Amino acid sequence: MTTVDVLPSAPPGRGRRRALPDRWYRSLLGIVALLFGALAVWFVVAVVIQAKPAFSTLGFTWIFGKVWNPTHGQYGLLPFILGTIESTAIALVLAVPIGLGTAISLAFLVPARVRPFLSTTVELLAAVPSVVYGLWGLIVLAPLFRDHVEPFLTSVFGWTGLFDGPNRGVGLLLAGVILAIMILPTMVAISRDVLVVVPSEQVEGAMALGATRWQVLRKVVVPGARTGILGAFTLATGRALGETVAVAMVIGNAPFIAHSLKSSAATLPSLIVNNFGESTGTELSALFAAGLVLLVIGILVNSAARWLVWSTGAATAGTELGR
Amino acid sequence: MTAVLDAPPDPAVERRRAVQAAAASSLGRRKLASRVALGVCWLFLGIAVVPLVAVIAYVVVRGLPAWNADFFTHSTVPEGYPGGGVWNAIVGTAVITAIATAVAVPVGILCGLFLAESDGRVAATLRFTADVMTGIPSIIVGIFGYIAIVRNTGGYSGFAGAFAIGFIMLPVIVRAAETAFRGVPRSLNEAALALGARRSTVARKVVVPTALPGVITGVLLAVARGLGETAPLLLTIFGNQYLQWNPSKPMEALPILIYNYSSQPYADLVQVAWGAALLLMAVVLALSIGSRLLAAYLRKERR
Amino acid sequence: MTDTPIRHDEETLGVHADQATAGTSSGEVVMTLRDVAVAFGGKTAVRDVSFDVAAGEVTALIGPSGSGKTTLLRALNRMHDTVPSARVTGSVHLGDLDVYGPGTDPTLLRSRVGMVFQRPNPFPTMSIYDNTVSGLRFNGVRKKALLDEAAESALIAAALWDSVKDRLKAHGSTLSGGEQQRLCIARALAVEPEVLLMDEPTSALDPIATKRIEELVGELKERVTIVIVTHNMQQAMRVSDRCAFLLMGEDKAGELIEFGPTGPLFSEPSDPRTLDYVNGRFG
Repeated sequence: MTTVDVLPSAPPGRGRRRALPDRWYRSLLGIVALLFGALAVWFVVAVVIQAKPAFSTLGFTWIFGKVWNPTHGQYGLLPFILGTIESTAIALVLAVPIGLGTAISLAFLVPARVRPFLSTTVELLAAVPSVVYGLWGLIVLAPLFRDHVEPFLTSVFGWTGLFDGPNRGVGLLLAGVILAIMILPTMVAISRDVLVVVPSEQVEGAMALGATRWQVLRKVVVPGARTGILGAFTLATGRALGETVAVAMVIGNAPFIAHSLKSSAATLPSLIVNNFGESTGTELSALFAAGLVLLVIGILVNSAARWLVWSTGAATAGTELGR
Repeated sequence: MTAVLDAPPDPAVERRRAVQAAAASSLGRRKLASRVALGVCWLFLGIAVVPLVAVIAYVVVRGLPAWNADFFTHSTVPEGYPGGGVWNAIVGTAVITAIATAVAVPVGILCGLFLAESDGRVAATLRFTADVMTGIPSIIVGIFGYIAIVRNTGGYSGFAGAFAIGFIMLPVIVRAAETAFRGVPRSLNEAALALGARRSTVARKVVVPTALPGVITGVLLAVARGLGETAPLLLTIFGNQYLQWNPSKPMEALPILIYNYSSQPYADLVQVAWGAALLLMAVVLALSIGSRLLAAYLRKERR
Repeated sequence: MTDTPIRHDEETLGVHADQATAGTSSGEVVMTLRDVAVAFGGKTAVRDVSFDVAAGEVTALIGPSGSGKTTLLRALNRMHDTVPSARVTGSVHLGDLDVYGPGTDPTLLRSRVGMVFQRPNPFPTMSIYDNTVSGLRFNGVRKKALLDEAAESALIAAALWDSVKDRLKAHGSTLSGGEQQRLCIARALAVEPEVLLMDEPTSALDPIATKRIEELVGELKERVTIVIVTHNMQQAMRVSDRCAFLLMGEDKAGELIEFGPTGPLFSEPSDPRTLDYVNGRFG
């Protein structure tokens, strides 16, 4: 513990004059906290207000329109909503099993000495700026996908109809893969933390009945941690839904509904970031409305995630990972 | 057990035989399944580590050649011109981050203190708000910065960018600070109060200094997070190809530069993008690793 | 897979170097221990343990805390396998199976030697029924008829059937502490082990629940041989047929001081240290 001088060494009278009276101190803190809350409220209100004009001029159903063509007055958001959902879905399909498997390895299989090092390595994935992922995805992965990965996948899985179209490299698949890499640390770190706190008595009880290690994991440990894992999953989903720049750089930005994994597509965030600078009037309002849709989704998903992770009492819910 | 000639077989013994038979016959399958499943977990661990190594390796290999004296001292120049650099972007990033940090840290610490000292519903709501805020898509934060500052001040500016980045950093600092403050043992607090100190003094001289390492860890993480954000800046500072120290004007920043140059068809611009990416990534990773080392050092100290 | 016990005569029942035992039984022996020692990272926790566990009896491991009773118990079903620094030496035989032999699979061993722990540990995500049959399922038993039959038999044997037969789908956490422990006993019994190891099974329970489990132990021993660790002398006197008294030596390792039928061991022990312990001279 650090040694700290509690009071100034001056006679009591001088010390008291310098310090804030308790009431002022509490008020100061309270005011700042309230300002913080006001900021959050201002945020929501501002976005809602800016989005309102789009709804008043165009009604409500337009957001589900299929065509985005501002020059003809069409502001359908469906392609972007679908793009957001699809890219996130691909990311989850990849990141959830890999993340869970990695978490199991880190929690139970890896020798104790190596554990912190490996855990840190995976968590550092979260620290790399998203624009760097975008750059790497665009310049390194896209040609790789175009020349090797996509032809291979098409030859093996083409019959599913998911791989129609030319091999471009950029597109939905690449965006999903980049997103998967970006949400992996969230999935791993939180899952690992909840797996580790499953009481060892449960593990021993199962072992004493004659279960193999995998049986113990599958039937006792993972189910015991399922709420936290669900929380990790939800948090990762929220992160993927909101990711803007990396996705915008590799998804191809075609404002159409994707018909195959190799198509170029777009998401709500990428729509906003690409068009915000030059748009005005109704189009701008439509973009604000898209932002509102994204905000609502983001708040819902993140609230659910926080509640799930919080209810397990897991130690992290790490602030740096809670993006 | 007494043996009676006509006694039916003991069901327990029958069950035991059946269980042992099932156990023996399934053993091979179960052990194989266990080995395969655990092997897959190891494989996934390997897969998880690969992207990080790959990204870092590529960025270093591609970005290092761009690092020369001009890179760090000259501002950006159009395609084809020699001697360009990213100095204006470095300045912009530094100024914006500095302003954002200067505002977010004190506010965040005070909010953290408030939350650490209160347990009522108000505090719970604020805490939940902060948690949800950390997960809001950053593009919307950019929209907010645009609405709040750019619209009202008539133009893009570094201040708008700092506002947006500060908004992103604030909840991170608040939660980290609160956690750090709650980690200060009550006994320290109570001893100080019992000696007659005012609460503000206790906070200033006992709580904050004791929790300082934890708070600094949180601040470092928040800064690392803020440095990496691109979308909010795109909507608020707009970019500037010239050197600009004045935050009330449009500025350039490293993430924006990388974003814009990455899709350019000119190789020398892409090269600049890699160099900037290396710089940004190096700083962010250094901060992240630094904050982790600090946190680990903290934990050892406390033992 | 044989489980025929080996017949030993009196001399080999209860062995400790220069000590004569007063053992009288000529019953079948289900487990034999010879010079068993357990060490963690070079530091010995318990050593020089040799005795036989007789079938259909309750054998208690008694002694003050720190004497290595639980460590010894856990060596019997190879629970120390999960601890990398643990080393078990000497020989432990279950019938003619060498427990620590190279060809012995610990997973399979544990279907023959079950364990009940100090604090009740029913699986929280499983129902009462699923908890009870979990051991069977782990061992590859799938037939519903067998599962149902084993569950009912085990729950009856654990004196829990009447309380839970109408709510088998309810979660284990809805039971009281004593009931949870009996659920754990049922869970272990359902696998029909030959030996049931019990590690201070009542120390976390209230006196009434404790009494019920002690009664249970008496009823169960006909069905399964029991080895029970207890730090409570009176409990040992009440439930066990034979006792092994362990005591921590000067080298901080536990050792077997005396082994023999419970009555004589408590009333006329051979070793002065046993006498001190049963007279309450140390905890």
